Parts: sequence; structure tokens; C-alpha cells
Amino acid sequence: MPITSSRISAPAPAPAPALPLTARPLRCRHCGVERPAAPVAICELCLGPLDPVYDGGRRLPDAETISRRPPSLWRYKEWLPFDGDPVWSLDCGFTPLIEAPALARRLGVARAWVKNDTVSHPSLSFKDRVVAAGINAAAAFGLETIGCASTGNLANAVAAHAARAGLTAWVFIPEDLERGKIVGTSVFGTRLVRVRGTYDDVNRLCAQVADRFGWGIVNVNLRGYYGEGSKTVAFEIAEQLGWRLPTAVVAPMAGGSLLTKLRKGFGEFLDAGLIHGQPPRLYGAQASGCAPIVRLLERGGSTLEPELPRTICRSLAIGNPADGVSAAQAMRETGGWAAAVSDAELVEGIRTLAADVGVFAETAGGVTVAGALALARADHLRGEDEVVLCITGHGLKTLEAVLDVVPEAPVIGPRLRDVIPLIESLEQRS
Amino acid sequence: MPVTVNLPSVLAAHTGGARSIQATGRTLGEAVADVAARYPALAPRLRDEQGKPYPFVNFYLNDEDVRFRGGFAATVQDGDEVTVIPAIAGG
Repeated sequence: MPITSSRISAPAPAPAPALPLTARPLRCRHCGVERPAAPVAICELCLGPLDPVYDGGRRLPDAETISRRPPSLWRYKEWLPFDGDPVWSLDCGFTPLIEAPALARRLGVARAWVKNDTVSHPSLSFKDRVVAAGINAAAAFGLETIGCASTGNLANAVAAHAARAGLTAWVFIPEDLERGKIVGTSVFGTRLVRVRGTYDDVNRLCAQVADRFGWGIVNVNLRGYYGEGSKTVAFEIAEQLGWRLPTAVVAPMAGGSLLTKLRKGFGEFLDAGLIHGQPPRLYGAQASGCAPIVRLLERGGSTLEPELPRTICRSLAIGNPADGVSAAQAMRETGGWAAAVSDAELVEGIRTLAADVGVFAETAGGVTVAGALALARADHLRGEDEVVLCITGHGLKTLEAVLDVVPEAPVIGPRLRDVIPLIESLEQRS
Repeated sequence: MPVTVNLPSVLAAHTGGARSIQATGRTLGEAVADVAARYPALAPRLRDEQGKPYPFVNFYLNDEDVRFRGGFAATVQDGDEVTVIPAIAGG
């Protein structure tokens, strides 16, 4: 068909020019001293952690404005630690919130939902959220090499985000991570380094690497910016529930940051008047083979005792969680609690989630489901509750966890006479 | 017993730019006290007023978290390396 003048006479309006991206200043969580934006996460005066400072007078959007924005975590950009427009990873976040009635019945609660970050883009875990923030911090500071210490999901995310941004990525992991997490990192051409030791050894090494080389190690010297990406889980839950709050949220705990950022995220939306009511009770789950935050909560006080991890749940195997004390505080102050579950229970949790919700989660998801069931049995979750479970990574990453417990499929010839007796025997069994 | 104490770069301003300094003591706590005495500006950054470690500043003795070895009571030997690293979240 010929192009007529009328069809080309009204071109789409040119997009508004992007505003230059800058990072927000930082403030020490302990001594309160502020400093200009920089790729540092530690206060020079007291060694406390640095958090980004937002402009209290900034113009905030209303719910309708947010609803009209593209379905990504950047629809909440006023609560992310930048001024101007992000340059990379614009398509992350806004994962489905799935109602799960069968799981609600199993938990004995009024309603239950799964915040399904197993389908997070592009790397199938909630770490896409924090890396979206971290890689834009790297952009704001002009850093061309990023990296991380990781238990697997963050490795996948840093590798994927760096690849498409054209950045060099150095990723450090414990040597014996699951094969899916190793391949799911190295496939991107990442400079992947397997370290003999635990995650805590890797984390210590990366603190030294960041200090020596000046790279943007997202969860070390860019951590103040990176961590803010986790708040978008809370923002999305509130929006996807129809701008309201659940009564309880259950999330897995590794370093403990997600719990603290959920609290901060719900609090910021309450402060903005976008939602109303009581903040949800926050519950955390860990594998009993590495549960320093659960034990801190049970023991009381504020002294975390590090542990040597012994669990198949590698993604949560952080024995010295830096945000552990803050996570315990978030659970205490919102009226929540925590649960530790065995490896057998977490595997059953993976199968329960698959059967009830149709979601295949990695080991951390199994911990979350099994932890929620344990909390329900202990009457922490109640009949009137509306509960959201944060399922943070896809099951294809940790196939090893379920290989031995899923039924083996029968093998037959490509003949009808082979399939008929098979169907008859299986139907009789069911 | 002389040990080497490795500091993060954010603390080097308090040691005239030195990232590694020598310290003496029979225990980690004594070595840290020695450093604190010679570099007074470092003292409040390494330990609290009671001389105890902060929960957000980790000490490693030959790459091992000292909390697994008794904290500041851990014995140190000639040639040991102590590394000071602020706690960093991970995942």
C-alpha cells in the first residue's frame, strides 16, 4: 500500500529529552553525618552504613499517575535514589501478584498471594530489582566495571544486566554453588570467579576488592543505592492489591536486607498517603542450617552470632548477615516473627508451591513456603489474615534440590499400544 | 607479639595514609588497644567506649572471622594478619 501524505503528516511527538542521571547524597545510619553522592557504602567517621537521602520536598505522584506509567519498577522512581532519568535496566520489576486460594486454605488464612519474582526480568529473581538500582548508580558515577559477591541469584542478575549495558562484570561466588547458577552467570561472558570458602568469605574478599580496585561492586560500595531497589517489592504489593496493605508478609532472609526494605517501602507509601492502615506484620524465613537472624529473634537482644552455613539452600546461606539486626528489629516492631525450616521441609515447600500455585521456586522459595506453614502452625498467622509470600527466585536455578524427590517419568515407545496400558495403570492408581 | 593490622581505605586518613600498620599484644583486643593508643583518631572507629567491638565492624584474624575464635579475646601470634572490614550486606 502506498504511503499517503496523510499517514506521514502527523509524526509521533518526540520523547522528552532524558534528564541527566545523578545519584542522591548519602547519610550515615549511625552517626547521621551526610556526604555527597559517591560509590562508597561506609561512613568515613564511624564505619556505619550509608543510606541515600531523599529530598523531602520533592513532588510525589498520586496513585493514578503511577498507574499510567510503564509496568516496571521505575514507575516508583521518586522513591529510588536518583535524580534524572535511569539509563539502564528500564524493563525490570512489576512482576505478577498471584492469588493463591489453595495455599490460603493450607495456611488457614483468609487470603494469600504469591509475589512472583521467579519471572523477574531478565534473570528470574528479585535481584533484578537491586541490580537495576545498582547499575544505574554505576552509570551515575561513570563506572565501567561492576561486580558482586553472590550466593547465586545476584551473580545471575549482575551478569545479565552488565552484558546488555556493555559493562565488564566481575562476579565472585562460593565455588560449590548449584550448576544452574554458575552456568546462568558465565553464559553472559562474565568474569566469574569461584572462591574456595563460604559466602561470608566471598563477601569479605569483595569488600577488599572494591577497596583496592574502585569497581562498582553493587552489594559492597554501591550498596546504599542497590538496596533501595528492594523497596519496589513493597510498592508493587500495595499497588497490585488495589492500593492497600496485606496484614502479613513472609519473606526469605539471607543478609536480611529485603525485610528491612519491605518495611521501609510500606512506610514510604503510607507517608505519601498512597495507602492507609496498619503496616503489615513482617515475617522472615531461613533454613535451619543457617538461621542466625531467626535465632537472634528467638534469643532476644541485638547481638547477632554468626554461623557456618550447612544447608542446601545456598541462596540464603549467609552466616554473618550484615542487616540481620535491622531485620530482627523490623520483625519485632511490626509484630511479626521468624521461622527456620529443615532442608527436607524446604524441599516439600517447593513442591507445595508448585502444586498449589503453579510456581516453581528455587530453594529460598521453599524456605518461604515452609516457613509460612510453620508460622501458621504456631498461630502467628491467623484466620483473618491476608498474607503475601515473597517468592524470590526460579526453581530452574536449583534443580539439584528436587531431582531426587520428583517422580521419574515413564519411558515408552512411540506407539498407542504402549501408551494405553500406561494411562490405564496411572488412572487406576489415582 | 607483632601482628599486621590491615585497614580499609576509609580509615587510612587517620594513619597518615598507611593501610597496614604493626601492632603488639597477646590477644586481638590488646593489639587493637595498641593501635588505638598510637592512633587516637582511630580508637573510636575500631571499638566502643568500653573497648568492645562494634557489631558493624568485623575483624578477621588470618582471614577467619574472630567471632568464631573468641572475639577480642582471641590470642594472636607473631606474624598474624588482622583485617578490619566494615560489615557489608550481601545476597
